[in-house]
Amino acid sequence: MDKPIDNRAWFLALPVVLIVAFNAIVPLMTVVNYSVQDTFGNNEFFWNGIGWFQELLDPTTDLGGRFFDSLGRNALFSAIILAIEVPLGVLVGLCMPKKGPGVAFTLVVMALPLLVPWNVVGTIWQIFAREDIGLLGWIVNHLGIDYNYTLGPLSAWITIVTMDVWHWTSLIALLSYAGLRSIPDAYYQAAKIDGASRFAVFMTIELPKLRRVLLIGVLLRFMDSFMIYTEPFVVTGGGPGNSTTILSIDLVKLALGQFDLGSAAAMSIVYNLIILAACWLFYTVMTNVDADRDATRVEA
Amino acid sequence: MKSRHIILGVYLVFLMLPIYWLINMSFKTTTEITTSMTLFPTMPTLQNYHEIFTNPAWFDGFVFSLTYVAINTVISILVALPAAYAFSRYRFMGDKHLFFWLLTNRMAPPAVFALPFFNLYSAVGLFDTPWAVALAHCIFNVPLAVWILEGFMSGVPREIDETAYLDGYSFPRFFVKIFVPLIASGIGVAAFFCFMFSWVELLLARTLTNNQAISSIMTRTVSASGVDWGLLSAAGVLTLIPGALVIWFVRNYIAKGFALGRV
Repeated sequence: MDKPIDNRAWFLALPVVLIVAFNAIVPLMTVVNYSVQDTFGNNEFFWNGIGWFQELLDPTTDLGGRFFDSLGRNALFSAIILAIEVPLGVLVGLCMPKKGPGVAFTLVVMALPLLVPWNVVGTIWQIFAREDIGLLGWIVNHLGIDYNYTLGPLSAWITIVTMDVWHWTSLIALLSYAGLRSIPDAYYQAAKIDGASRFAVFMTIELPKLRRVLLIGVLLRFMDSFMIYTEPFVVTGGGPGNSTTILSIDLVKLALGQFDLGSAAAMSIVYNLIILAACWLFYTVMTNVDADRDATRVEA
Repeated sequence: MKSRHIILGVYLVFLMLPIYWLINMSFKTTTEITTSMTLFPTMPTLQNYHEIFTNPAWFDGFVFSLTYVAINTVISILVALPAAYAFSRYRFMGDKHLFFWLLTNRMAPPAVFALPFFNLYSAVGLFDTPWAVALAHCIFNVPLAVWILEGFMSGVPREIDETAYLDGYSFPRFFVKIFVPLIASGIGVAAFFCFMFSWVELLLARTLTNNQAISSIMTRTVSASGVDWGLLSAAGVLTLIPGALVIWFVRNYIAKGFALGRV
């Protein structure tokens, strides 16, 4: 299975490198440039060294406090949605029909939320969850529970978490479904002969098969929830107060709202480094899982 | 067997309820929306849709958005095809690092790039054109397309390539005539994902244009007198249609596609 070594393959990859580099490196240089300078306006910049970074990483300053707050909120958000979406997605994936007329219908309905433009996802939930005109908000309030996402921080959090679960659980479910379909029937028959319980079948046959696809799912979900912007912005705008201001929303406020270029650029870089570190971690785990699988394949 | 159906049923209802509510709202007048709570429009009206179809701004917004989505999908697939082939068939200097670097761009937050992109595309004179958005969206779509296509290509045995070369096929001819048809479903899936992520993205589309994309036009329904909920809902319903159509075409490949061809 060893691939031949051929450096001419670089030519095939060249167009991709050029187009991504144009989009990634030039803007990144701009950001780095801004992050080490300060301005008094009038487009006159002067060298500020690592000043912005020192301020950003010191939680006692205004900028630092704000950064760590939104970082914390974002980490909490990612943790909550992963804790809900992954188990729920696997459960739904297990329940999906494998053949019959229901398959196409189920797939189409499940994929639909994924194809809704992100601002429309926000709009849908904004309307659905409003306490005066939304079905969800109206019902919850008539059950005697005080729920208003524009006023209560807890309600706002519940709304954006539910929205994300609505939006993305199908991704995990579809991934699990794809993984489950690749398990040969013989495995299940063997388990039946052994008299294995449903739970044992899941733990010993299905879960190991799902490991690889779930890793892709967790990677995508973690990254996307860490850079989510549009949906919560449309629903809550980061409010009430700052209670749902996660990293992206905070950064856009700083960069495009206040036009505070230096601190926004420093924040961008730190934000990017966090993503890079997480990405590297997942990538390493993923390639190791791949290597494991290839190794077991050779043995078999 | 029973509980499986119940769980799936509840989940599907959970998915459909907010969409049903959006459709319900789109057939109501704003007065009805704000004054009463009904599960179905008491006086169904097409007024909201009429307004969208008669106002050229909305139509242009749709066309503008679909234009950059189409350009982006074509560019992404065309550049990703040879690169994915390189990754799936050869080892070359720095291949793992290159792949990782591409992946990090898929993961880079658009919020980080919004402002520099604005500078960059203004500088090259593409600001406010569909090309600016199409090229900007390449930053996450090209790596994704490479990733998906590489998965599908690795599923094609290498013996096929070798046989073709022995038969005297040149690389370009082999690639177009034999290889591309073999991974047609993979290309379909990759195109679907490029379409999807370009269609749903708002932040870059809004930053790089002067309120031309459909997503920014939707913000017009918010005015000083409040939000025109009926109109907003109708516009929302219309933006669901391209996605729904695309899903219908690729429904048989969706599951495998979401696993990036790696099951």
